[in-house]
Amino acid sequence: MDELAIIGVGMHPWGKWGRNFVEYGTVAARKALDEAQVDWNDVGYISGAITVRNGYPGYVAGATFARALGFNGAQVASSYAACASGVTALQVARGQILSGVTDVALIIGADTTPKGFLKPNEGDRPDDTDWLRFKLVGATNPVYFGLNARRRMDLFGATQEDFARVKVKNSRHAVHNGLARFTKEYDIDDVMNSPVVSDPLRLLDICATSDGGAALVVCSMKYARAHGHTDPVRVAGLSTVTPVYPDTVIDLPYMATDSAGATPEPLRGFKQSIGDKVYEESGLGPDDVDVAEVYDLSSSLELDWYEQLGFCAEGEAEKLLRDGVTEIGGRLPVNPSGGLGAFGEAVPAQAIAQVCELTWQLRGEAGKRQVEGARVGISANQGLFGHGSSVLVRR
Amino acid sequence: MTKTRVPAVDGLFTEVDGVAHLIGAKTPDRDSYFFPAHLPGMAGGDPAAVGAELEEVLLSNTGTVWSYTTSSYAPPPPFVANTDPYEPITIAAVKLEREQMVVLGQCTQGITPDDLEIGMEMELYIDVLNEDDEHEYTVWKWRPRGAATTDAAGEGN
Repeated sequence: MDELAIIGVGMHPWGKWGRNFVEYGTVAARKALDEAQVDWNDVGYISGAITVRNGYPGYVAGATFARALGFNGAQVASSYAACASGVTALQVARGQILSGVTDVALIIGADTTPKGFLKPNEGDRPDDTDWLRFKLVGATNPVYFGLNARRRMDLFGATQEDFARVKVKNSRHAVHNGLARFTKEYDIDDVMNSPVVSDPLRLLDICATSDGGAALVVCSMKYARAHGHTDPVRVAGLSTVTPVYPDTVIDLPYMATDSAGATPEPLRGFKQSIGDKVYEESGLGPDDVDVAEVYDLSSSLELDWYEQLGFCAEGEAEKLLRDGVTEIGGRLPVNPSGGLGAFGEAVPAQAIAQVCELTWQLRGEAGKRQVEGARVGISANQGLFGHGSSVLVRR
Repeated sequence: MTKTRVPAVDGLFTEVDGVAHLIGAKTPDRDSYFFPAHLPGMAGGDPAAVGAELEEVLLSNTGTVWSYTTSSYAPPPPFVANTDPYEPITIAAVKLEREQMVVLGQCTQGITPDDLEIGMEMELYIDVLNEDDEHEYTVWKWRPRGAATTDAAGEGN
């Protein structure tokens, strides 16, 4: 698989700004385009990640951003894959570039998110599992995070202090990130004294929902070299795999898992398979990774990713954390940006933001949160309804 | 006035001789189960079941705790809280042995995380989800096997 060059990245700061999502996306795109120094007319493809919370302009996000940036005749697509939307948009663009349809593409996602729990659309929809889980079980997203955390405690001896330690670590990283929404440093007591949301998880173990925007300019390696980008960060692996039946781990938005009554569980579970795909595409493995941005929807889910991405064996994530391996200065820093705990989730922008952070890290431009000598980075992300994504970048 | 008991959503659960069951589906020739039975596309998760005639089947009404948690803040609509102010609900994920699947459900009133542990035997119980002036809307809930339950509507059992 040929690689893609990332020649521009940009973000609008995360927060609860309450303005129109188009503004955040446009700010992010202009920053990315400024970095890339490309002629706007060379951008032949605009690949938008959809927001479902902002009406029709959000459903046609690609076209909405194309108009906001000035129609140049580029081709356009809009993708929705829940939290994985941004990487799906990147994957659409990769296909266009590697097949020679265009040299340069803009990937863009932004959201304006209402306060409180994410919830299903209005109306009675008893044939929609997302509606049923709220209606009949009261199963909000944090309920699934709580089930996961309890399971880690029972299987691996994780403690609530371990979960708190994830938040503490990530908050220390976020102190140095002006793009994050929460930049305060927390200690264990802050987390342990915050109210329980879904036992055993507390408010500070669970990510908020935010406004934000992120964008990438990507191009063929040939175009990059011809335009002065001699050593760009490259996309070496992309994954948007679906599960292999049966997926026996209960996850949102379902009220029941698949049944393993007739078909044995696959050797590698769904979230393990997400990372497997980028390792396979890139020819690299977990031992090559210097830095990771993973989806800490909750603190315990960050621990899961250490294992699912192969940084340690199952059940050893807490030790990796306690030993400081995943903190900046450790062998394999995870979420140097501060992660979702510091950003809050802006759904269509989040997977793109992970790639922005990895790009800064691999360029050595991450300032006080720089992971020294980072050459290979991986992102991982969890959507719902069988969506998830990962990106492997290298330099 | 006695309120009329109606399922909060039709077709998901039933009581046979006073025993609660979830209504699932399976392919006739394979032990591949689905819940809920009739959601579009759900059976399609199993490549071997695509296009098959599914048969309705009552799922096992007992299982073991796979994990558990709470909804300590009131969930948003379409959830309707039955208490004002809202009281946290406990939610269990229970593994059914025959079906080799895990099914979520609220726990009956009064069950807290302190009452549960992974591996504990649970049974299904039909209870009140919420009510209005004329109806009690029912749903399935989990409770420790053999436990007595005070109905959410306030009637003993």
